[in-house]
Amino acid sequence: MDKIVNDFSIRVATVNGTGSQSSNNILFKTLFRMGIGACGKNMFPSNIQGLPTWFQIRVSPEGYQALRENDDIAILMNAQTAHQDIESMRAGTTILYNSDVIKFEDKDIKDGMFMYALPVETLSRKISNPKLMRLLKNLFYVGAVAVLYGLDLETLEGVIRDTFKSKQKAIDANLEALHIGIDYAKENFEKKDSYWFEKANCSENKIIMEGNSAAALGALYGGCTVLAWYPITPSSSLAEALIAYAKKYRVDANGKMNFADVQAEDELSSAGMVLGAGWAGARSMTTTSGPGISLMSEFIGLAYYAEIPSVFIDVQRVGPSTGLPTRTQQCDIMLCATASHGDTKHILLLPSNIQECVDLAAESFNLAERFQTPVFVITDLDLGMNNWVADDIQYKAPKYDRGKVLSKDDLDKNSDWGRYLDKDGDGICYRTLPGTNHPKAAYFTRGSGHDEYARYSESPHAYTRNVDRLNRKFQTARKAVPKPILRGEASAKFGVIAYGTTDHAMQETLDRLQDKNVKYLRLLSYPFGQEVHDFVKSCDRVVVVEQNRDAQMRQLLELDIRGQQDKMHSILYYGGFSISPDFIERELKEKFLN
Amino acid sequence: MSTNKLNLTKADYAGRPSTLCKGCGHDSITNAIIQAYFELGVNPTQVIKLSGIGCSSKTPTYFMEKGHGFNSVHGRMPSVATGANVANYRLPAIGVSGDGDTGSIGIGQYLHVARRNVDMVYIIENNGTYGLTKGQFSATADLGSPAKRGTPNPFPCIDCCAVAIDAGATFVARSFSGDRKQLISLIKAAYSHRGLAVIDVISPCVTFNNHEGSTKSYDWVKEHDLPLQELQYVPEKEEIEIDMKEGDVRTIELHDGSHLTLRKLGKEHDPSDRASALKLIHDGVQTKELVTGLLYFNPEMPDHNTILNLSPTPLTQLGEKDLNPGPEVIKKLNASMK
Repeated sequence: MDKIVNDFSIRVATVNGTGSQSSNNILFKTLFRMGIGACGKNMFPSNIQGLPTWFQIRVSPEGYQALRENDDIAILMNAQTAHQDIESMRAGTTILYNSDVIKFEDKDIKDGMFMYALPVETLSRKISNPKLMRLLKNLFYVGAVAVLYGLDLETLEGVIRDTFKSKQKAIDANLEALHIGIDYAKENFEKKDSYWFEKANCSENKIIMEGNSAAALGALYGGCTVLAWYPITPSSSLAEALIAYAKKYRVDANGKMNFADVQAEDELSSAGMVLGAGWAGARSMTTTSGPGISLMSEFIGLAYYAEIPSVFIDVQRVGPSTGLPTRTQQCDIMLCATASHGDTKHILLLPSNIQECVDLAAESFNLAERFQTPVFVITDLDLGMNNWVADDIQYKAPKYDRGKVLSKDDLDKNSDWGRYLDKDGDGICYRTLPGTNHPKAAYFTRGSGHDEYARYSESPHAYTRNVDRLNRKFQTARKAVPKPILRGEASAKFGVIAYGTTDHAMQETLDRLQDKNVKYLRLLSYPFGQEVHDFVKSCDRVVVVEQNRDAQMRQLLELDIRGQQDKMHSILYYGGFSISPDFIERELKEKFLN
Repeated sequence: MSTNKLNLTKADYAGRPSTLCKGCGHDSITNAIIQAYFELGVNPTQVIKLSGIGCSSKTPTYFMEKGHGFNSVHGRMPSVATGANVANYRLPAIGVSGDGDTGSIGIGQYLHVARRNVDMVYIIENNGTYGLTKGQFSATADLGSPAKRGTPNPFPCIDCCAVAIDAGATFVARSFSGDRKQLISLIKAAYSHRGLAVIDVISPCVTFNNHEGSTKSYDWVKEHDLPLQELQYVPEKEEIEIDMKEGDVRTIELHDGSHLTLRKLGKEHDPSDRASALKLIHDGVQTKELVTGLLYFNPEMPDHNTILNLSPTPLTQLGEKDLNPGPEVIKKLNASMK
């Protein structure tokens, strides 16, 4: 049988809260350090201990960061799901399983499956510290994988040392467990399948990072000084990462903080704090997920209407309602685009990868202050919480564009200042910050009707002028938001559109469809710029690929680009795992490229 | 015309004309705020005025027009004030709320702003009714108090002072909109306190809750008002004038070094005693006495910004040098993620 090197998928099924995450990360990092193009995704329950969890690792020579639909090797450590797991595996695949708790019958095992029985419970008695038995036994499968597929032992042990840093006892205990697995596999397993890991050079200038950490880093560099938040999966780790960065990099010479972190009592309150701080002149943000955006909508409308800079990072999860809190979707597009009652529309930024999480989170503060409005950075659980192999983060010197703010001296020169007076014709007015020591500086901020001078008004004319100006401001934003990215020949007549994490599966799909003349536009923002309009108009057919049921981005495109509905189509996946290139390729071939 | 230490006249503390009903208690409170800030000599351009929604929340437009104001959303003034306060603690914040805004829709934020001890003056203009929506009961309406159409309130009242003390507020007072002298003293003391200073001001609604039988009508309050102390506020470094015998006088030092003097009027009350403050409030419910004055005061607790360990430079004034950690940090981070 020919060797299959660095191009296959592994599924690890475990029980959460048993230390499996640590083992999986060790395995993943070892592959990374061996230079193998690896992608790892965690499928976990909304629970702390005792429910099934899966970790999928895909290796590919190209370093693709999307999962395939089918796995080649299943590591089954969880009796609860073992029978379903083996059922979903194809003939000819490999099954490594905990034979102490999982019993397969002949009918479970498909033709040509390679079965490796690992007696995990029996082996765990060899662990010298019985207290750690439960947490360490997951290292046995790491040891078995090392033997069966050729992990570099030196690299693997190095990863374990680095994982536990200076805790020598933890290092020793983990190494002991690893070697129990290695020894057992060496003595008892005969290599039958054809999958192999081999050192490669896919990890040069690469890092492993979660999108949430990257967005937090972007917020730090973007000059965020106030974070108000309420814990919610999958966004909590973003807030925690930002706090950790701030504690390192936002401390003054006397150990005082140049950063305020307020864990609010709920999402309503966190949004209120963001607005209060933005109004006062700080760069402020919150991070949340869909249910939080629902709760914040009241304040988002106020920020839109009273024109207060504010940043909302939405790490999407599966809705509606509580939905599937630990699964991924792109289901808050419409919600964020129009959050709040009344006529509202908001700027959206749509990062796809680690560098864009950094860049767009940083840029969101400039846009929020330039346009004096809420700005949404929309990621998802997949990007936010999974470990991505990405290019080294590039430092881009941040520019702090505070927008149109009048100082005391400006006010002296300015005879006719009105907070909502559109002096420049771009819909963006001049604001003053509270505490500006000038008798003309103050104005009254309100969510009720107001005229150009911020006076309370119920006049239909003043109201109409004001909301029309807000519309004008939104049109100005079209030219200022990040531009979409085109792949393929501009002359092609068949186009696909995607955004966010769908990009990874889409890029791989297009690699496979190189003989077809398909062009691809990846959206980075809303409102849509001219490039998006031109792209749609230049195509005979456009397929919008996204991860929600209702084709939310397509709806937004159809609203924005009038008269093009007939040529717009969708490919939609919304099961809660990340979209795969296999799915997109199949859908495209069956429905559009046949 | 008399001027204060900033050489400003009282007119410099005025706002736009009130649009509330004639005779509304809230207008008396507005006037007391103007008087207090004028006497204190606060620079009105530095003041931030915040409110939620309701009749009371309209009032920040009626005082200190030279200060930035923020009329936010219903029941959410505390969070907006918290955000503004962490962003720039140098701007003295005054929040005005009502009983619906604080006791009903905003009770959660009210308790948490108390718990965080955010440095601000928090005035509740409490009339036990929803004026702007024409006379529904609020959560501070007393049990058995009839609404305008005569139905008695079947639910007990939430006492805004008692819950604030429980939640951790460090300055909790009650007053009556008609008692101008006491109210001005309390506002001045509240301003000087570093931390959350709540003044629950009973402010009868002339239109919807000023009829016989209502426990928040003018006549009822005038009959049942029981002032705790007579307050005299004395700014720092000025001589304290009190014509009282020793033992009758209690002087409290406030954060800015100024002093608050209490004259006991019959009732013994130690404002540092949390339990007795709560007992006084609860006893008042039984005896139908409206206990006014400084109920609870704890100058020892750090305010929110102190707890957050914020630097002395307001966050709004940080420059690029403070904000940008630079390229080396990215380099190091990249190296740590291999």
